[in-house]
Amino acid sequence: MSLIIDVGMRISLILGLLTGLSVVVLSLVWVERKFLGRIQMRMGPMVVGPYGLLQPVADAIKLVAKEDLLSPWVDRIVYWVAPLAVFIPSFMIWVTIPISRDIVIRNMDMGLFYIIAFSVLSIVGLVAAGWASSNKYAVLGGFRAAAQLISYEIPLIMAVLGVAMLAQSLNLQEIVNQQDTYVYALVQPLGLLIFFIAGLAEIGRTPFDIHPAESEVVGGPFVEYSGAHWSIFFLAEYINTFAIAALTVLLFLGGWLLPGLSGGAITTVGIFVFFAKTYLVILVIFWFRGTYPRLRIDQLMSFGWKMLVPLSFINIILTGCYMFYGWPAWLMSIISVTILVSVFWLVSKRMNNTKKEYTVHIYKPESSEVKNAG
Amino acid sequence: MVDQDINKKLDTVQMMVNMGPQHPSTHGVFRMVLAVDGERIVDVEPHIGYLHRGSEKLCEGEIYVQIVTLFDRLDYLSNLNNEMVFCRAVEKLMDLEVPERAEYIRVILCELNRVASHLLFIGTFGLDVGAMTPSMYMFRDREKIQSLFEAVTGARMMHNYIRIGGIKNDVPEDFDQRMRSLIVELKKGLEEADKLLSFNEIFLARTKNIGTMSAKMAIEYGVSGPSLRASGVPIDIRKDHPYSIYDRFDFGIPIGEVGDCWDRYYVRLEEVRQSISIMEQALDQLPDGDTITPTRFLLRPPKGEVYVRGENPRGEIGVYMISDGTDKPYRVKVRPPSFCNLMTIKDLLIDTYIADAVVILGSLDIVLGEVDR
Repeated sequence: MSLIIDVGMRISLILGLLTGLSVVVLSLVWVERKFLGRIQMRMGPMVVGPYGLLQPVADAIKLVAKEDLLSPWVDRIVYWVAPLAVFIPSFMIWVTIPISRDIVIRNMDMGLFYIIAFSVLSIVGLVAAGWASSNKYAVLGGFRAAAQLISYEIPLIMAVLGVAMLAQSLNLQEIVNQQDTYVYALVQPLGLLIFFIAGLAEIGRTPFDIHPAESEVVGGPFVEYSGAHWSIFFLAEYINTFAIAALTVLLFLGGWLLPGLSGGAITTVGIFVFFAKTYLVILVIFWFRGTYPRLRIDQLMSFGWKMLVPLSFINIILTGCYMFYGWPAWLMSIISVTILVSVFWLVSKRMNNTKKEYTVHIYKPESSEVKNAG
Repeated sequence: MVDQDINKKLDTVQMMVNMGPQHPSTHGVFRMVLAVDGERIVDVEPHIGYLHRGSEKLCEGEIYVQIVTLFDRLDYLSNLNNEMVFCRAVEKLMDLEVPERAEYIRVILCELNRVASHLLFIGTFGLDVGAMTPSMYMFRDREKIQSLFEAVTGARMMHNYIRIGGIKNDVPEDFDQRMRSLIVELKKGLEEADKLLSFNEIFLARTKNIGTMSAKMAIEYGVSGPSLRASGVPIDIRKDHPYSIYDRFDFGIPIGEVGDCWDRYYVRLEEVRQSISIMEQALDQLPDGDTITPTRFLLRPPKGEVYVRGENPRGEIGVYMISDGTDKPYRVKVRPPSFCNLMTIKDLLIDTYIADAVVILGSLDIVLGEVDR
């Protein structure tokens, strides 16, 4: 009897999580379209429902009702499995992401490790989708995805490692609880930046939307997918976006903690705090999308390997020294900020030097020269 | 060099990628067959002709006033410039005087058309490198131009407004006031795009020193227009062989330094500023008077041939026309700027990446209606 209750509990939890994530994705789609619309001086969706609130629902219905086209040359088994191989890892990491104190499906001591391990798996799905589609753009996109995701996994893990060292734990609950005096963004600004940039590359959003690049490889691995199968990729992309934003909040921005909030209120009010912070981070991601062009794949790789990986190692060494010698926290922040500022200064100095040369000249011939023509 | 050795060891093969005619970034129905080695392009085979409508042959079967509509449809983003060059050809053949006012209105509208075309280029070029916002800003500004065109000519595109000997009808009464407020808005919108896109680090990384066209190469291929001027060759037919009344205005020719994609982009952006200044000067000088020299409906130009060139937004358009004294031309040949600019594509693309191919093609700013005719 207890077994049945146990299994029932688990299934209902999973279904609840799925529903919750779907609602989050629908909200994200609406927020993104509205926010981008505002950036671009448009209204965004306005027709379906008040302020277009039901537009994502209408989109979802349209996607599911669409005919699922299948090219005759696809490798069917891989083709059908690939969306799941992308979706399931993105879904599974939410098992251990807490949204407030003790509000988590399974609190794992190895939570961070589990999340990293699972998020790597989605690469397989992307490459498989590209390969099975028997489309050259899809193949190109799939391999772009493989190169990009594997390269940026390293700085991402290194940035997370700094936090894990500080908190002396891989448990997300514990990491957030450790931040009650100061958030780790203050001690690890370098780590935050690396994590955020590498996270953007991991979820393939602008300026790193290289594998689905609309104007180059026409949607990359997803080019042959349509209808419900495509919508699974879509769902996974937005769940991943939300996950990266949530992890940024949990690891660096103090999760559900807020100054002045203490006692029993943390658990309930914390949910709102957590979501507010997460949506703010997501708005930054969308803001990037409205502002930046796309990098090229080789530029992306050289940025990852020549900038982010060395910086993330510096971050680890710094954190190690901080832990070992017991430096005060302010010293750590000062060193981190100094490194950040100096790197930015060096880069922008180089950029500005060359930028000044970039111009066009206005050529005005003498008026006597003009008259000679007929 | 190292990676080529690796390729030999690994025995890799080239992949053929068919880009177009349904690819979103080939700006119409252009098709390229790319041989790629990984992401690197080793060979390009361009295919054109998907939009061939036989415009030149059609011209032989139409009377002169009808041909204006065919020229509208060549470069469908700069209709008025096309109409203008054809009408000038007939006028030159017939020795027809165009009234002052008509000339001024022609110039104002042609420059406005150039601005609209360049704005569209800036927007779509942004899309090519992956920035979606500039295109929205530019379409917003282009929309204002289109509505002004609609008020003046009655159509948003395909105006059929410039007629042989003048223009169809006089501009509406509030034209001057609308133009001036439009110019203010255009300047503001252009600055927005300039700030957002031009000096963005990622944009510079994507376009600077990509697809560099040397001045020698550009001249040898017969490249014209902004693409030529980006390579540092100050040739602008409006300056070098002033037609219409362009010799009355004070404007400069923006020229680039190295001829890369960024130069081609920024030369166009700068040209918008110059065009705006031409429009302002023309508005100040706009005289009163007739707008058309009356001609017969069934024009019969004298026997002879004529070649007329004009500066289109995309480069030099040339019209060669033979008249045999009847009401229809014997032969009309168009030298389309896009076609000549597009010929460089093979040289520019080889040894670049697929992502660059899109940017380089975008920076040439072709219109397939004109390439295929």
